[in-house]
Amino acid sequence: MDKIKPQFQPGGRLAKLQSVYDGMETFLFTPNTTSASGTHIHDGNDLKRTMITVVVALLPALLFGMYNIGYQHYLAVGQADASCWSMFLYGLLAMLPCIVVSYVVGLGIEFIGAQIHHKEIQEGFLVTGILIPLIVPINTPLWMVAVATAFAVIFAKEVFGGTGMNIFNVALITRAFLFFAYPSRMSGDAAFVKTDAILGLGEGQVADGFTGATPLGQIATHVGDTLQLTDVVGQPITTCDAFMGLIAGSPGETSMVAILIGAAILLLTGIASWRVMCSVFVGGLAMAGVAHAFATPTYAASLLDPLSQLCYGGFAFAAVFMATDPVTGARTRIGQYIYGFMIGVLAILIRVYNGGYPEGAMLAVLLMNAFAPLIDHCVVSFNIKRRARRAAAKS
Amino acid sequence: MLSKKNKEALFNPLSKDNPVLVQILGICSTLAVTASLKPAIVMGIAVIVVLALSNVIISLIRTTIPTTIRIIVQLVVVAALVIMVQQFLVAYTYDVSKQLSVFIGLIITNCILMGRLEAFALNNGPWASFLDGIGNGLGYTIILVIVAFFRELLGSGTLMGLQVIPQWCYDHGYENNGLMILPPMALITVACIIWVHRARNKELQEN
Repeated sequence: MDKIKPQFQPGGRLAKLQSVYDGMETFLFTPNTTSASGTHIHDGNDLKRTMITVVVALLPALLFGMYNIGYQHYLAVGQADASCWSMFLYGLLAMLPCIVVSYVVGLGIEFIGAQIHHKEIQEGFLVTGILIPLIVPINTPLWMVAVATAFAVIFAKEVFGGTGMNIFNVALITRAFLFFAYPSRMSGDAAFVKTDAILGLGEGQVADGFTGATPLGQIATHVGDTLQLTDVVGQPITTCDAFMGLIAGSPGETSMVAILIGAAILLLTGIASWRVMCSVFVGGLAMAGVAHAFATPTYAASLLDPLSQLCYGGFAFAAVFMATDPVTGARTRIGQYIYGFMIGVLAILIRVYNGGYPEGAMLAVLLMNAFAPLIDHCVVSFNIKRRARRAAAKS
Repeated sequence: MLSKKNKEALFNPLSKDNPVLVQILGICSTLAVTASLKPAIVMGIAVIVVLALSNVIISLIRTTIPTTIRIIVQLVVVAALVIMVQQFLVAYTYDVSKQLSVFIGLIITNCILMGRLEAFALNNGPWASFLDGIGNGLGYTIILVIVAFFRELLGSGTLMGLQVIPQWCYDHGYENNGLMILPPMALITVACIIWVHRARNKELQEN
């Protein structure tokens, strides 16, 4: 890298591509230059390290998601006895194109943007790029993923000033764009379970009684007093299955276990705020408790008990990986409690009482993203007033 | 006929002084009627007619209007014209007038109209006011048509109700973008046009 460096310096042959070179160099090596003076806190935990830690925390959900895609597929084609490895391989092959598309499109736009403005390339997309495949249904066509990613990176991030300046969570904007632009691809039977073979792997006819609807999708169309959720071949499932994650759904969201491992990594390394994370779960439990106490068959989701509410759908994933995004969330301590609690309440509120949206976690986080600066402002100005009163009382 | 000042009154609103892009007026109807091309064009023509005629009428009686009640006089003139246009549309293009619903009536509250009457017609002669009305109406219509073009093309795959995206594309997995039909995308499309417009006209950029 050092050998080719002069070509990228001002005056060099490839000076125009300096941002690209700089991005690659700092990605691969530790920079030689550090700040010498000023009030900086010197810490090895820079933006890149932070991002990599989040990616590591996402790995359990990612690996389990791959396995689960294979598991659901082999279950759907009636070969539930297929080996663990072929399930994982199938899931890997199914997810890989989506991951590649999300990174190539997102990073491509970031590189071009940085190059046009002659800025350093920020590494914010490292996490977004892996979040997108995890929250998008596996059967979404790749061009839709590309369009949605491009839209989100340009309109939710670059126009606000790039990494660290965005108001809304970029990965969730991608999901929301897909949800509103191509609703038929984002719900129903054909969205969440891949039934066709990939490269000759996983051949087979879809079993009789196959239904590709997720548990929350089934609830959305449910009529009647008693609620019995089923897996893709019509067998009943329990909350325990949902806790383990062997249910239909977006790749990353199904397994509570994998998400909790990720949460532990985020909390132990101090990357995510435990205040936000805990208060989302508390808010969700509280609202689910209220909904369950007034359970009616009109709103089938209210028949679920509070703990299963948290296990189904994208609630846990949103609580651990979306709500805790430090850029779009509240920053004051009290603000973080309010912000998290409201996300939990709204997610369950939308899920239970709005028939149009089977899952409310995405919309709840996006809505509270918009309110986070207001919450912070109120907390700060309240604090200023309180201290001014105290000072006045003393003198 | 077309002195320099009159030319400016006619052509400046098309780009450099565009009511939608630069003055950010009339945004509400820009969001509401641009889901497809046909209502957008009809709406644009309606605004051109009402704006040009009301500009002329106000300009003709500008010396006799007492300044204290001028807004009421302007409203009466605009309201009369809007009702005439509305009746005309109901009589001859019933489907489109259904689609436009209340928005023809709401031309009365369109900021572009009151803005032009106040800022131009009260201080200028009828011919210049007529040209100013035509220019501003056209400037508004152009933006409406551009926004509606993209929203209808990407949202429904049609233009003026005719299928333009071939069946071949749909067979190969293309799908219409449902979000383009929803109002938020009209805002984002207008924002994109403003973005391009400011990038091309550096003197309009503010810091």
